Amino acid sequence: MGFEKFLFYVLAATLIAAAGMVVTRRNPVHAVLFLVVAFFSSAMLWMLLEAEFLAISLVLVYVGAVLVLFLFVIMMLDVDIATLKAQFIRHLPLALVVGVIMLVEIFLVVGPGNFGGESFPNPAPQGPDYNNTRELGLLLYSSYLYPFEIAAVILLVAIVAAIRLTLRHRPDTKYLDPSKQVYVRKGPDRVQLIRVPPEPRRVPPTATPTSGVEDEA
Amino acid sequence: MIELSDYLMLGGVLFAISVAGIFINRKNLIVLLMCIELMLLAVNTNFIAYSHFLGDMSGQIFVFFILTVAAAEAAIGLAILVVLFRNRRTIDVEDLDALKG
Repeated sequence: MGFEKFLFYVLAATLIAAAGMVVTRRNPVHAVLFLVVAFFSSAMLWMLLEAEFLAISLVLVYVGAVLVLFLFVIMMLDVDIATLKAQFIRHLPLALVVGVIMLVEIFLVVGPGNFGGESFPNPAPQGPDYNNTRELGLLLYSSYLYPFEIAAVILLVAIVAAIRLTLRHRPDTKYLDPSKQVYVRKGPDRVQLIRVPPEPRRVPPTATPTSGVEDEA
Repeated sequence: MIELSDYLMLGGVLFAISVAGIFINRKNLIVLLMCIELMLLAVNTNFIAYSHFLGDMSGQIFVFFILTVAAAEAAIGLAILVVLFRNRRTIDVEDLDALKG
């Protein structure tokens, strides 16, 4: 067993264990932290498959942005965990039945008989001057330029939708409306300067002779 | 050496775990979203494995687009979740029966 195979089994075991913890933890914060572990070991598996750019972007985009967003939302919402997981056990047999059936079906299709080393031999490893990012960029900016632009538009729509959904106007907040400010007319709307009589100087009620008297004088 | 079927079976196990997680966590909407993220991860692993063993970079391009759409989906889903919690004070799926479905 080579070192690569050993690495694959370690990463796969970590990934499956972390995924199992994600779906069974009671505390959603713990679930998100295990999801971080799952995504990280999956990124390392993608490294083994020579997809370096996507592995790094998975860590940066998913662990760095999306899962932190999950954490923010969980900590902001203050959900009562005990009532949420009260019927945890009730759906467990159904989940096990469906999961095992799906697993057996998937294994029957993608097992070593159909997708083993005979029909799909391992490709030769890339040389040291192979640049995964460059290859990906060459393909992305030539053949897939139009889908790339559509992806950018999808992200823009997502930004606008997320901001619009969570935006709310509070009636008790004081703010300036610039569109009303430009309609100010000369005369009563303008700023008026009012003479305010100065406040009489407040004398400290008990001026002790030891301190403060020199300052006052 | 690691074969293609190893990666595909790993993706299958991950997908089955997340489907079981959707059945288990029927009440918590946040964990449902996390299970969907895990499913997308399993699919992406399959795409990259095929891309490696077939020598075709198009699989990695697909993963690129899936990551984009998944990030947009997570952002909008969490925004809907926040609005839902603000209005109903709960994220229990079984309490969300306003449509009588």
